[in-house]
Amino acid sequence: MHPAPSVIIFTTLSGLGFGLLFFLGLGMPDVSGWVAFVFFVIAYGLSVGGLMASTFHLGHPERALKAFTQWRSSWLSREGWCAVIALLVMGLYAIGLVFFGQRWGFFGLIGAGFALATVFTTSMIYTQLKTIPRWNMKLTPAMFLSFSLAGGSLLAGQTSLAVPLLLAAAFVQAFYWWLGDKAFATSGTDLGTATGLGARGAVRAFEPPHTGTNYLLREFVFVVGRKHAEKLRIIAFVLAFMVPVLLLVLPFSHFFAALAVLSHLAGVAVSRWLFFAQAEHVVGLYYGKR
Amino acid sequence: MTQLPSSTDRKMGLVIDLDTCVGCHACVISCKGWNTENYGAPLSDQDAYGADPSGTFLNRVHSYEVRPAEGPAQLIHFPKSCLHCEDAPCVTVCPTGASYKRVEDGIVLVNESDCIGCGLCAWSCPYGARELDQAEGVMKKCTLCVDRIYNENLPEVDRVPSCVRTCPAGARHFGDLGDPESDVSKLVAEREGMDLMPEMGTKPVNKYLPPRPKDQIEDQIDILAPLLAPVAEEPKGFLGWLDKTLEKL
Repeated sequence: MHPAPSVIIFTTLSGLGFGLLFFLGLGMPDVSGWVAFVFFVIAYGLSVGGLMASTFHLGHPERALKAFTQWRSSWLSREGWCAVIALLVMGLYAIGLVFFGQRWGFFGLIGAGFALATVFTTSMIYTQLKTIPRWNMKLTPAMFLSFSLAGGSLLAGQTSLAVPLLLAAAFVQAFYWWLGDKAFATSGTDLGTATGLGARGAVRAFEPPHTGTNYLLREFVFVVGRKHAEKLRIIAFVLAFMVPVLLLVLPFSHFFAALAVLSHLAGVAVSRWLFFAQAEHVVGLYYGKR
Repeated sequence: MTQLPSSTDRKMGLVIDLDTCVGCHACVISCKGWNTENYGAPLSDQDAYGADPSGTFLNRVHSYEVRPAEGPAQLIHFPKSCLHCEDAPCVTVCPTGASYKRVEDGIVLVNESDCIGCGLCAWSCPYGARELDQAEGVMKKCTLCVDRIYNENLPEVDRVPSCVRTCPAGARHFGDLGDPESDVSKLVAEREGMDLMPEMGTKPVNKYLPPRPKDQIEDQIDILAPLLAPVAEEPKGFLGWLDKTLEKL
């Protein structure tokens, strides 16, 4: 799949932002006034910024409001609803904390739930696609949620929680790569089933429909990044999990904490790039590519 | 509405005969021609006369080589367009309701004024049947020439999809695949028409008729062949000397 910057920025930043909102909603850290204000600015900046970025790849962003209509069937629509509800409810909760010094725990709880639901619905947009075996796994939502919780706890300064959550996310990531590498082969789809000619012999793409490229090849058959995939996996793993855990285990300092957050953010971004770049769409089979 | 209808009154679709298709791409051209100036946004091209041309097509013809365990390899031309699936994933993923399947005839269409161009329907389609038009920013797909098949301004013979009307080999057939008595259904039954990627669970309406097995050459079929056998097995004269000398080296 083509790793569009807009979706990588969106899933990386929003995942982190909604993760932070989740912990703020639970009162972790229990802040009010100016400190709460700064926390909420960061959380809203990340989550709303990410959502805005996601509209950049739309052909008609001015019609984006129509995407709220099909929540009964579409995960993308459900994601829109969860995000708006989470942001509105958490807004009320933030007003209480920042301006009235009051913790309206009910709003916090509801907002936290919808923040996680937003991350879950985002992951389901990818998980539902049978056409991309690497995404069509139960582990995909687990990965998005574990990343969001780990990043959120890190940003929220919940050191004692962040270390086990980062380690858990690291485990999910490693497992995801291991399973994902086998997903296409185990999906049972090959050029034989794609053409229905598999039972007759070995099928080979002989001649493509055209000499140039097309939308399908640009969008679904992205092979450039695969060459360095192994190196990028190590970079992602070290930056996203190992460096932050090491920095958190060291005696606490604000500088180390900030460094841990930046390292995690960069690592997750690389991991998300790989999530798209390594995903193979079955339509590539028709073109003799993957 | 992006929920799929539980059933459709008819299942209009195509039957494509892989035995007959000669790979001339006439269906590709006639499809582009008809659909660029009729229903919905035109099918744009980018850099059409430049170094890197590309464009939106609703129908493309691939060619595959099949090598059986025994016998000669076979070249199979393979036209591919929207299969108007009964369980179309492109419809349910649509967040705006732009993508829908019609109850009356099962045709899958895009309401272009509702399409936000998110591309998710193209992601969900295993067949590569949907292409986002780069000029218009909306999703384009085969409409089964919905503006032809019911069009009473056209002579009756033309009330079929453009690709079907154009095909010079008669490799494309159009009809109601939900009616077991229709010509296309009988054709599918007789020739054991098949689904593409049945494991995807999309239940395509369009069917493909597999190529018939090739004749096996059992005996020498060319009566002149014995007379054409090489007469001079061993080179003589200068070539013979050269052959022997090179052999020794």
